[in-house]
Amino acid sequence: MTTLTYHAPRTREEAVALLAADPTAKVLSGGTDLIVQMRGGRAAPTAIVDIKNVSAMMSVLGNDGRYSIGAAMPCTGMLRDEGLCKAWPGVVEAANLIGSVQVRNRATMGGNLCNASPAADSIPALIAAGATVLIVGPSGIREVPVEQVPVAPGKTSLTAGEFVVEIRLPVRPARSSDAYLRSIPRTEMDIAVVGAGVSITLDEAGTCTAARVALGAVAPTAILVPEAGAALVGSKLDGAAMDAMAAAVRAACRPIDDKRGTAEYRTAMAGVLAKRTALIAAARAKGEA
Amino acid sequence: MSKIAVSTTVNGDPAEFLCDAGETLLDVLRGSLGLTGSKEGCASGDCGACTVMLNSQMVCSCLVLAVEAEGKSIATVEGVAEGSVLHPVQRQFLEHGALQCGFCTPGFIVAAKALLEVNPDPDETEIRYWLAGNLCRCTGYDKIVRAVSAAAAELRQDSKAQRSAA
Repeated sequence: MTTLTYHAPRTREEAVALLAADPTAKVLSGGTDLIVQMRGGRAAPTAIVDIKNVSAMMSVLGNDGRYSIGAAMPCTGMLRDEGLCKAWPGVVEAANLIGSVQVRNRATMGGNLCNASPAADSIPALIAAGATVLIVGPSGIREVPVEQVPVAPGKTSLTAGEFVVEIRLPVRPARSSDAYLRSIPRTEMDIAVVGAGVSITLDEAGTCTAARVALGAVAPTAILVPEAGAALVGSKLDGAAMDAMAAAVRAACRPIDDKRGTAEYRTAMAGVLAKRTALIAAARAKGEA
Repeated sequence: MSKIAVSTTVNGDPAEFLCDAGETLLDVLRGSLGLTGSKEGCASGDCGACTVMLNSQMVCSCLVLAVEAEGKSIATVEGVAEGSVLHPVQRQFLEHGALQCGFCTPGFIVAAKALLEVNPDPDETEIRYWLAGNLCRCTGYDKIVRAVSAAAAELRQDSKAQRSAA
């Protein structure tokens, strides 16, 4: 058996050096995926780099309407930032559907993203929000859209030694909001059969001027569906526009059959869920919810 | 391989232990610290039988590395009663028969106490959602929910009495 070492760096630079020095090292934030994977033998790192002692990793920072969420910020910690909850209710609600209270007190959006589950709850909400992530590594810093991070189930586009340090949410325009819904057979503690995140901006007359629709659990990764967002733009979210959006959603689905649902069910449900999510986002944008 | 020395606080008292990097907090609580109240049900964060408070946040101790406890404060089910005086949550679990085999009970007690600290008057839905990460295969949950509700009422009564005495 290989021996395991534990590191708790205090600075980002130290974390970068530790990860660069050991290609099998794993980043620990909430540990709700990593520790389970280590116990099950699916992950066998020789070193763990716990990033929770780097203070910026555990913070939510608002700056001129933008938000930076540290990669190790627990899901429940975001609930304590009123401004974030008001600006991005869909992102916060998606992260707070994951697991139980016990799990959410540890689990992070950074971890949810890098675990790259096709059914991750926070990823579609972040994609709909137009969020980006700040990635650091041996060759420097880069910022990429969230949708470019997961590339396959359990795989990300991060290269050796790189890790996510921060999730960035853009300025929320006026009359704009977001929502996330998932379909599961029960109400808590389950994995999405379908997930839908929608972010919508309306003008003063209630006409949609921008929309982003993202889906989870219907493809190998969470996906952005630009055609679905485009179907809403210029409309007042009337029946015809919503049907066109749902049709675009169904056309983008590439799900698998598994014990949680058939591909056919997932595809049909994705359209239904995207409509419901869009209505909630629009109601919030109008200040009605 | 050399062990890692960890200094922490458990149920208000300083505690020190040696562990391997991969050991969980639950392993150490039940092993070197001899606190076997927290149970290992699933070892994957699904059942909540290992629920403890870590810096006042409830967590599954099977999903925390023991080394992460360095400098932190841990509260387990062993610290819930004050000496021989049971906490209202514990007493109401007994009154309502909110357990059968008892394996899940320590996790439920810690989680229910944590709920009442942040929400002194939870309705049934709030109780059920808060306790969704604690699985019980015996009771069907109904008596647990009633016990937590009764404990909440008792604690509200206590704090009212304290306020009028002050």
